[in-house]
Amino acid sequence: MRRSVSTAVLLVALGLGMAGLDAGTGNFSVSAQQKPETTEVKIDNFSFGPGTLTVPVGTTVTWTNHDDIPHTIVSTEGAFKSKVLDTDEKFSFTFSKAGSYPYFCSIHPKMTGRVVVQ
Amino acid sequence: MSEKRKDELLIDHNHDGIDRRGFLKCMAWAGTGALCVMQGGVLKSYSLSRMSELGPKAAGELNFVQISDSHMGFNKAANPDVVGTLKAAIDKINGLAMPPEFMLHTGDISHLSKPEEFDTVDQILKGASAKDVFFVPGEHDMLNDNGQQYLERYGKNAKGAGWYSFDKKGVHFIGLVNVLNLKAGGLGTLGQEQLEWMKADVKHLKHSTPIVVFAHIPLWSVYPEWGWGTEDSAQALAYLKKFGSVTVLNGHIHQTMQKVEGNVTFHTAASTAFPQPQPGKADSPGPMKVPAEQLKSILGITDVTYVRGQHALGVVDSSLA
Repeated sequence: MRRSVSTAVLLVALGLGMAGLDAGTGNFSVSAQQKPETTEVKIDNFSFGPGTLTVPVGTTVTWTNHDDIPHTIVSTEGAFKSKVLDTDEKFSFTFSKAGSYPYFCSIHPKMTGRVVVQ
Repeated sequence: MSEKRKDELLIDHNHDGIDRRGFLKCMAWAGTGALCVMQGGVLKSYSLSRMSELGPKAAGELNFVQISDSHMGFNKAANPDVVGTLKAAIDKINGLAMPPEFMLHTGDISHLSKPEEFDTVDQILKGASAKDVFFVPGEHDMLNDNGQQYLERYGKNAKGAGWYSFDKKGVHFIGLVNVLNLKAGGLGTLGQEQLEWMKADVKHLKHSTPIVVFAHIPLWSVYPEWGWGTEDSAQALAYLKKFGSVTVLNGHIHQTMQKVEGNVTFHTAASTAFPQPQPGKADSPGPMKVPAEQLKSILGITDVTYVRGQHALGVVDSSLA
């Protein structure tokens, strides 16, 4: 009886350990227990708001075009590139690696922004 | 000093037959529907209503029209009916006293590079009396596919991203593409390959050949803060220094603007779709809403006339009203 209990305890302990693994990246991480956050960038008046967005690794960022003219979201380093977004259309990207991601609108290149992933 | 008639401008500062100050003054009259024609080295202006008084000599040997920024597919408040205003522009062109031989479209043909948008513009342009249309792309024509569709439709005889040249009655036309490979924080760009092509293209032309360059984004620095300029246009213009008459026709800014610099006359056309604010007069360069009854008075076409043997081309803007 004792042996089966200790076996059961061992199995449960192993199960908990497995749950600690981050399924996506294989990292052992406490934060993997939390759901990834979604964060918004609003596009309006030929600008990205906020211009610089700081998010934790694993965040999905969603850009929404509230302007009356189409825009795109293009990473200057080629990390991501949206299709053209007309008014009310969205683009999302999940940042799984830390770093600084400058981007711009390829139609109106004076429009620039940055996502900082920590 | 000989007596100056009201409509004759006789200041010949550089003794080369080009009355530059007069030309600038004439360009300012263009908004009122004036036609400036160079005849015998003298710049004369005629109001459009007096066109019938112009004899065949004054009719100009080459006449064409520039339209721009039709943005087919745009349907927001600034103009919910870009089909209607483009059709009004074609009606205006068909009603010109001197029928144009061909048209230039300086880009942003479509709004979202959708096939049906290009199809609709093609259909409407078929209603113009001038059957030949020469295009250059705007940034709205190169979306999603880096300009592949644009090239298939309008760039069959073009090089690279869609640049090309052709001749009409001794005038050399150069269509340039400055809307691809735009860099973050940057302006329009021509790129080394295109510049080298252009250098070779004009190398053997006689200095007396009138040149017309057309491209979407302005080739001079209209307002860099809004991206209204081309970062490497100075190099292109340097290749044209030897020519006595250079006319640069652009679009993109959705308003008419002109500048004369030496032998080069720069001109931007109005849009047939919607106006945009003057440089710095708004937070951003987006579509500008005006009262519905005023819309047609700030959309328009540009009529260009060249008289053989003369220098500057006559450039006249007229609204759709």
